[in-house]
Amino acid sequence: MKKKSITEPRTSHTFDAYTNSEIRRAAETGIYDIRGGGSKRSLPNFDDLLFLGASISRYPLEGYRESCNTKVILGDRFSSNPLNLEIPITIAGMSFGALSAQAKEALGRGASLVGTSTTTGDGGMTKEERGHSKQLVYQLLPSRYGMNPDDLRKADAIEIVVGQGAKPGGGGMLLGQKINDRVAEMRTLPKGIDQRSPCRHPDWTGPDDMEIKILELREITGWKVPIFVKVAGSRPYYDVALAAKSGADVVVVDGMQGGTAATQEVFIENVGIPTLACVRPAVRALQELDLHRKVQLIISGGIRNGADVAKALALGADAVSIGSAALIALGDNDPRYQKDYEKLGTTAGSFDDWHEGLDPAGITTQNKKLAERLNPKLGGRRLANYLNVMTMEAQTIARACGKNDLRNLEPEDLCALTVESAAMAGVPLAGTNWIPGT
Amino acid sequence: MHILDFNKLSLRDINKTLQESDKNSFFSVRNPKGSHALAVGINKKITVKIVGSVGYYCAGMNKFSDIKVEGSAGPGLGENMMSGNIYVTGDVSQYAGASGHGGSILVGGNASSRCGISMKGVDIIVKGNVGHMSAFMAQKGNLVIFGDAGHALGDSIYEANIYVAGEVASLGADCIEKKMTKKHLSNLENILSNANVSDYNPDTFRRFGSARSLYNFNVDNAKIY
Repeated sequence: MKKKSITEPRTSHTFDAYTNSEIRRAAETGIYDIRGGGSKRSLPNFDDLLFLGASISRYPLEGYRESCNTKVILGDRFSSNPLNLEIPITIAGMSFGALSAQAKEALGRGASLVGTSTTTGDGGMTKEERGHSKQLVYQLLPSRYGMNPDDLRKADAIEIVVGQGAKPGGGGMLLGQKINDRVAEMRTLPKGIDQRSPCRHPDWTGPDDMEIKILELREITGWKVPIFVKVAGSRPYYDVALAAKSGADVVVVDGMQGGTAATQEVFIENVGIPTLACVRPAVRALQELDLHRKVQLIISGGIRNGADVAKALALGADAVSIGSAALIALGDNDPRYQKDYEKLGTTAGSFDDWHEGLDPAGITTQNKKLAERLNPKLGGRRLANYLNVMTMEAQTIARACGKNDLRNLEPEDLCALTVESAAMAGVPLAGTNWIPGT
Repeated sequence: MHILDFNKLSLRDINKTLQESDKNSFFSVRNPKGSHALAVGINKKITVKIVGSVGYYCAGMNKFSDIKVEGSAGPGLGENMMSGNIYVTGDVSQYAGASGHGGSILVGGNASSRCGISMKGVDIIVKGNVGHMSAFMAQKGNLVIFGDAGHALGDSIYEANIYVAGEVASLGADCIEKKMTKKHLSNLENILSNANVSDYNPDTFRRFGSARSLYNFNVDNAKIY
C-alpha cells in the first residue's frame, strides 16, 4: 500500500478553482462567459485614498451647523437650459430591456425625490421613466434602438455614448431571453433574437465628425439642452480633451468598475482602466484647455458611498454617476432572495447573470411575475434614502476638511495608502510628500 | 414660397424658421454652400427645396416634410428620419439614411459606403451605385439599388430587404440572395411607385436578405464573425 503523503495538496495560483471551472465551462458550452456588472477583480480604488481632516493648518466647519453646498449645474457651456441638480450624484444610463419597467420607474422616482437626474439606455425612452424622472438624460447610442426626435425633444439633456467602462470599444448586448414583444418593438428587431449592438455610431467616426453631430443635435433641440459625451475609461486624457474640443457641455468618464447589462467576462475584466486612474488625466485635459469647471466632468464606475463621492470631487470631478449601486439600493442581490439565487446556482452578492432575465429581485428582467416583485414606489424611496445618505456622508467629510461646498474639496485634502494609488490619483503617499511619477 | 438665403441668414435662423413654420409651407433655401445640419429636426409637413449642395446630416431626423436637394449631400443624409421624403439629385456621401425609421430617400446619383446602415424602416432608392458595407445591420425597410453594390453588402442584416439591379461585389456575413417572390416584386413596385420612379424593368432586380443564422449564438458559426 502506498504511503500517504505528509504534505498538503497544493493548488495552483495560475490554475485556481475559478479558472479551472471557467475552462471546463468553455469546453462544455463553446461560448465565452457573458455576465452583467462591472469588474470584480481587486483594483486600486477610492478606498486607497484617505482625507486629511483639518486641525491647526486648516480649520473645519461645524458638522450640523454650518452649511455645505451640494448643488451642481451641469451643461451651462452652450445650452440655455442646463441641469440644476440638488446633489452631485446622478443615475447612470441603464436601458429598459436590460431593466424592467418597474426598475426604471423606481430609479426615476428615487432620483426625482432628491433632485437629481436619471438616464435612458439602449432601446429608447419609456413613458415610465419620462413620467417619473423630473430630469432625464436621453442617450444617443450606436445602435439607435428606439431613437426618435420626439423623445429627443422631451429630454432634459442628451448623452452621446461613445463608450462604457465595462466594455471600452464594445457594443451592448441583450440576449434573446429578455427580448419580449415590447422590447422587440421598441428596438425594431424580431422577438427572441440576441441583440448585439454596434460599437461605433452609424453616422460618424472621430472627433471632427462628432463636432458636427453635436451641432446637428443642438440644431434639432434649439440649443436648449446640454450635450453630454460619455467615454469609457481607457485614454481619459485624450478622450476628454477631444470630447471637450468637439463641443460637449459635460463629459462623463466611466471606469472599468462600471457595470453593464451584459457582455463578455473577458471584456469586463481585461479592457479599460480603473476609475481611480481616470480622474486626474481627465481633469488635467480640461485644465489645460482652460475648460475645468466650464465643461463639467462626471465620474462613474464603482461609486458606492459618500467617501467615494467626496474623493472623486476632490480629484476634480463635478459630479459622479451610479448604476450598480443604485440597483443594489433597489434590492439587487439582496440576501432575502438567497434561496432563489441558490436555485440559479449562485448566491446573494454574486448574482451577475443579468442577461438571462431571471433576476429574483425583479430588476434585470422582463419576466412579468419577477418584475412585479419590485414595488417602484418603495424602490424609489430606498434609492432616495441611499442618495441622501451618500450626500450627507460626503458633506461630513467636506466639512471636516473645512469646505462649505463639495466642489471645494481638492487633491490637497487627500493622501494615498499605496504607491499605486498615489501615482494614479496624483496625491502623496500618506505621511510623505512623494507623488510617484512627478 | 419663402426664400431663405444663407448669404443673409445663419444656420440657426434657417433651421428655426423651418422648424417653426406653418404646415404646408414651401421654402427655397439658397446658397447652402455645403452647410452641415441643414433642415434638421423638421416636425411637420412642409416642402423644402435646397438649391445647391449640402454637408453632413441634411434633413436629419426628418418627420413628415418633403426635402429636395438640387445638388449633392454629405455624410448622414436623412439620418434617423421618421417619415417624409428626401430627394437628392446628385450623389450622397457615407451613411445615407443611417438608422432611418420611416419615409423614403431617393438618390439620383451614387451613394457612398454604408448606405442604409442600421436602417429601421426607411426606404432608400439609389439610381446609381452604392459603396461597401451598405445595409450593414439593416433591421427593417428596403434598399433599392439600380446600379452596382460594393463589397460586404448587407453584412449582419436583420429583416430589411435589398433589391439590386446591377452587380454585387460581395455579400457580407449572413446576407444571402433570396427568391424574388410575387410579394417582394409587389413591394419593390410599391416603393418605386411611391417615389415616382417609373423608368425601370422589375425583372432586372434580385433580392437579398438575412439567412438568419446569426440571430442566436451558435459556436459553429463563430468563423463567420
